[in-house]
Amino acid sequence: MTARAVGHPERAREFLADPERARFHDGTLWQIRSRRDQRARGLPEWEALRERAGQIKDHTLAELPRYLEQFEAQARRHGAEVHYARDAAEHNRVVLDLLTARGIERVVKSKSMLTEECGLNPWLERHGIEVTDTDLGELIVQLRNEPPSHIVLPAIHLRKEDVAQTFSARLGAPALGDAQQLTEFARGHLRAKFLAAGAGITGVNFAIAETGGVVVCTNEGNADLGTALPALHIACMGLEKLIPRAADLGVFLRLLARSATGQAITAYTSHYHGPRPGAELHIVIVDNGRSRVRAEAAHRRALRCIRCGACMNTCPVFRRSGGHSYETHVPGPIGSILAPLEEPGKHTTLPHACTLCGSCTAICPVGIDLHEQLLLLRRRDWSAPDTAEDGASPRATALQPGWRIGLLRAGAWLLARPARMARLLAFARVLERRWPWLWRQLWRLGPLGEWARDREPPRLPPRSFHEQYQRSRRLGNARAAALPPEGET
Amino acid sequence: MRVALFVPCYVDQLYPDVGFAALELLERHGASVEVLSEPGCCGQPFSNLGAVEQALPLARQFQAALGRYDYVVCPSGSCTATLHRHAAWLGASGTGHEPTQAGRRVLELCEFLVQVLGVAAVDVTFPHRVALHEGCHGLRELGLGQPSELGAGARNYAHPARQLLGSVKGLTLIEPSRPDECCGFGGSFAVKEAAVSKAMGCDRIEDFARAGAEVVTSGDMSCLMHLEGLMRRDGRALGVMHLAQILAGRTAPEPIGA
Repeated sequence: MTARAVGHPERAREFLADPERARFHDGTLWQIRSRRDQRARGLPEWEALRERAGQIKDHTLAELPRYLEQFEAQARRHGAEVHYARDAAEHNRVVLDLLTARGIERVVKSKSMLTEECGLNPWLERHGIEVTDTDLGELIVQLRNEPPSHIVLPAIHLRKEDVAQTFSARLGAPALGDAQQLTEFARGHLRAKFLAAGAGITGVNFAIAETGGVVVCTNEGNADLGTALPALHIACMGLEKLIPRAADLGVFLRLLARSATGQAITAYTSHYHGPRPGAELHIVIVDNGRSRVRAEAAHRRALRCIRCGACMNTCPVFRRSGGHSYETHVPGPIGSILAPLEEPGKHTTLPHACTLCGSCTAICPVGIDLHEQLLLLRRRDWSAPDTAEDGASPRATALQPGWRIGLLRAGAWLLARPARMARLLAFARVLERRWPWLWRQLWRLGPLGEWARDREPPRLPPRSFHEQYQRSRRLGNARAAALPPEGET
Repeated sequence: MRVALFVPCYVDQLYPDVGFAALELLERHGASVEVLSEPGCCGQPFSNLGAVEQALPLARQFQAALGRYDYVVCPSGSCTATLHRHAAWLGASGTGHEPTQAGRRVLELCEFLVQVLGVAAVDVTFPHRVALHEGCHGLRELGLGQPSELGAGARNYAHPARQLLGSVKGLTLIEPSRPDECCGFGGSFAVKEAAVSKAMGCDRIEDFARAGAEVVTSGDMSCLMHLEGLMRRDGRALGVMHLAQILAGRTAPEPIGA
């Protein structure tokens, strides 16, 4: 028997073990989704914008090499330096080299999921460089030595009491009660970090091929301060951040903040076209598995993602299991697609952490068919050869022990003919009536046990629909079929 | 018009009255119906796990049966959506989910009643406060109603179930605070992700109960099977009934009707 995969189900159970925290998490994200819904209904062209955004991204991905070259040439024209990194290690090395060549020991960083993905912070810290995350949520999780649990709301798994406790334990803050005080305290702490930093690292929301400019959206202005004070700005981006023209930007800006938080637009939308006088701008373009996703026709669309987090906010599973349960840099529905594609053979429980309700597909501002892709990944895992790195077949880890596969085959055989099922039902009914003890034991085994732990088993009817229907037809009285049989209420 | 009723496996085995209610409803509104004798299952339990090699033989069996009828009607939005998807999978690309000719002739029960038979009202009484759980697959994959995520500019029409329930005498439709939140059943999801499934189901039940519902109804007995299992374990004074049962004039289950 294959070892049980440790994965999302276990982590989700741990998250739900604190029901009050879980309810708070679900409620907060639902509120954000509701604000987003109001915004989406407020724009008459909303659905048209979604469609347009998807088309622009598909076009860009189809002609990616051309747009990358155009972007690079234009960015250089403005005096920016462009670097390419094949993977996380290359990205980290590029950033470290830029810093060490200039003798920089302190860095401020605004929100960037890419640097999270590449593990930049621990890498720089290992090389003696102090990195301070300046987004409030990012700062909180950094102080707690935790990864972000959400790509837009990194500390959404925490409550303000947790934040107060973190600030006092890690920064010696006095006991602070409300969110305003906590924010003021963080602001004071960060100000000194901004002033001492030798470089500012930012992510990139959009890179415009036509102009060579990069666009960064924040609500706290931390990216702006981080790039305005130090003389070195390093902007790190995945290669899917490209869009062709400046005119396309409006489509995405209108979708991004509305989808993410229900704001019409982020408080700051900063455009960088080359370095400011006397300073340097370096743009690092990272692949790290993206070309692999791009090469898969069925999944290329996943690279449309603009990291708004709407699929997480709407996902009923994410809301009740928390971002950490996904154990990936991008959690939620989109992360459950990207992670198994980027690291084949791993993250096998993620495509199954989904009821296929389709809410993510309906909400995605760039029209990614998220739940269909998750279903396709399940198909792929099922037919994958036994080649996972740890020796376990992805098929076995996704579906758990081998006997369930046998059970599935038996099930398919049974379900092909209602008459076969009817015989099984008749047998189950005998058990239920004559040997209730044995019947109850049966409901403790395997998948039935998982079901019956929290639910009463369904009551068995005297006869199946097909049996009853055939019987009444034989009696030559079709109407009698409509009458409930004796014993059934 | 040759019409077949496809009774899904779990309805056949566990809820035969739902099948009979659907049959009665169709006949009462003028359809002459044959019951599809096989396959017994749409194949969703397999394809949702990714096990296409088990699902596709059932899909082929179904395609063969479909050739004999103008319409196949199914009292489950989820099974109907699966039959559509499998028809697309059997198509040229093997992965497409574009609607197929076959897909368009397989309809969910309420959709068939309203769209094809032109039923505007049913002549039954059900004097209870009822909440409609719009099953996700009917809502978002078949497009039976307007999902709450869709923004302005999306198509906009009432769920056929909502329309039919509106004509039931004495029935008060109760709205939960979250209009179309998933119940957490998800087939094998309920077993693979037991903790999340339970949490989702309990939240959904709580929402219906707080809104004052006595009976929760749905076009999908599978969602209701999951919710009912949780309700009975918690001793909730809430009942579940398939839409077909209410629309065919069945009385409420104990303890609601008592």
